[in-house]
Amino acid sequence: MISQTFNSNKKPVRKKSNPLQKKETMAAWSFCTLPLLFLFIFLITPFIVAFVISFTDKRLITNPNLPTQFIALRNFLRLFNSSSFHQALWNNILFVLVVVPLQTFLALLLAVLVNQKLRFINLFRTIYFSPVVTTMVVVSIVWYLLYNPGEGLINQFISFISFGKLGPYNWLNDTSMVLPAIMILSIWQGVGFQMVIYLAGLQTIPHELYEAGRVDGANSWQQFWYITIPQLRNTTIFVIISTTILAFKLFTQVWVMTKGGPQGASKTIIVLLYQEGFTMLRVGYASAIGVLFFLIVLSVSIFQRIYLKEERAVA
Amino acid sequence: MTSADITGKIPQRLSLKSRKNISVILNYSLLIAIAVFFLFPIIFMFVSSIKNNETQIIRDMSNIKAFIPYGEIGLKNYFDVFQQMPFGRFMFNSVFIVGTTVLTGLVLNSIIAYALARINFKGRGFIISLIIALIIIPAEAVVIPLLLMVNRIGWLDSYQVQIVPFIVDAFSIFLFYQFFIGLPISLDEAAKIDGASPFQIYLRIIIPLSKPVFATVAILQFLFRWGDFLWPLMVTRGYEYRPLTVAIQQFFSQDPKVWGDIFAFAAMVTIPSLVIFLLFQKWFVHSVASSGIKG
Repeated sequence: MISQTFNSNKKPVRKKSNPLQKKETMAAWSFCTLPLLFLFIFLITPFIVAFVISFTDKRLITNPNLPTQFIALRNFLRLFNSSSFHQALWNNILFVLVVVPLQTFLALLLAVLVNQKLRFINLFRTIYFSPVVTTMVVVSIVWYLLYNPGEGLINQFISFISFGKLGPYNWLNDTSMVLPAIMILSIWQGVGFQMVIYLAGLQTIPHELYEAGRVDGANSWQQFWYITIPQLRNTTIFVIISTTILAFKLFTQVWVMTKGGPQGASKTIIVLLYQEGFTMLRVGYASAIGVLFFLIVLSVSIFQRIYLKEERAVA
Repeated sequence: MTSADITGKIPQRLSLKSRKNISVILNYSLLIAIAVFFLFPIIFMFVSSIKNNETQIIRDMSNIKAFIPYGEIGLKNYFDVFQQMPFGRFMFNSVFIVGTTVLTGLVLNSIIAYALARINFKGRGFIISLIIALIIIPAEAVVIPLLLMVNRIGWLDSYQVQIVPFIVDAFSIFLFYQFFIGLPISLDEAAKIDGASPFQIYLRIIIPLSKPVFATVAILQFLFRWGDFLWPLMVTRGYEYRPLTVAIQQFFSQDPKVWGDIFAFAAMVTIPSLVIFLLFQKWFVHSVASSGIKG
């Protein structure tokens, strides 16, 4: 709408003064050239290169006796048959299935809590957000110690509240516990971000809706369910999609704490991409992983666009 | 009659008030319990970092004493970190890399967004669609070919390899574009009548009106770049160009682990971003919130 009024304002000027228009066009292009050049070199080119070399057996350091060859879809076929890729993909999917609903729900809960008019509420908002500004590498190191099987605080706490019935767990060395351990710290670090997004969403809901609800005799739970939740629909879609994409990017926590172990139980797509491309120097194969990773993110984004469009059509 | 009225009302009013009190107390208990959950690892880190005695740190680790600064308190671990490695160099690297990326990014991303939002020229629509499409490409998907490219031009182990590829960012352009397009066009028209060039309009009219979006982009970029790990892990070898994130991970992976020193290092990595956050809190909240208002 804004661009429409913008265009209609513009047209008379164009007719009146052609040299001015020419000057403006030149200025516009001079503003665009450098940024576009950067995007072309550092984003578009590597993106195209990723597709191209994913069809080759290229290695990081090329051996002059073994020239890079076109191997068609062999990288992708190998990936689909590779058990470590299956494991990584499954870990990522499991991570998404647990973390996305849980983190979205907790973010909403926290947002509702800190949206109250109470004294010191700003202090609580600050505290809940502070893990977000703590670098993930640092978070991983501190939690590594908290998860320590012997003296770790978390085992001691679980043992204390269960009267010694539960634990001790071998969190990061146990194939069935390592992923839950990484999930907990990821939620701890990230939920404040989504809380703030929800908080902004909550504050845009018009008060009249709640007043009308009260007049109709809705209790606070009904108000939450029939007013707050539907009004936050778009925010929720955004939070779910962005958390899903972040969950597929999972790398730092895993690399610092377990390097994908034990026995690949915490291996993720990006961990595999790093190991293949950087440690094993199989650039072609790693690019194929990158291409698949992109396709996953793309399909998640398309899903978001479809959902948001539907919402607009209804409204 | 009036006294009967009062006596009749008082108990009711009291019970209402006490019920409200109970709900306030419950509310605060919940808020405080959650605050404890979010704070305990950070407090654990800071408290342990000032305990000089390594065996005490390990002994305290499993109980409530982990959060109590007692015993030999001091900055020994901090001095150890400075003695064992060029910490100042790592800090400088991180600040320099993030600072340069964010500041040059503010200029380049805002000026292309200005052209796209405020000047009507041929090709504009195409560039806008291109940039929106580029937002979807995650950096992780292109790191391998990018590594190949920077390797070929001899950029490995340098500052530029950590700065130049990340200056122009499609999402930042999009945030600027959205903000600029909302400013009234009459401002530009008036300036044009006065003979201002497009660049002068950008400099004197658009920038002064757009402080919120500049702050938003700066803060979001700062958060992402400061925590960046995968790329510097791939492109730095020695300590000369290594940023804090990679430096602390490497220090942490060495055995035997000296936890006091690791905590002191971790605390020193955390303090700058925590201080910046506390100083510009309102802006942080604002920028995170506006990152969600899209689509």
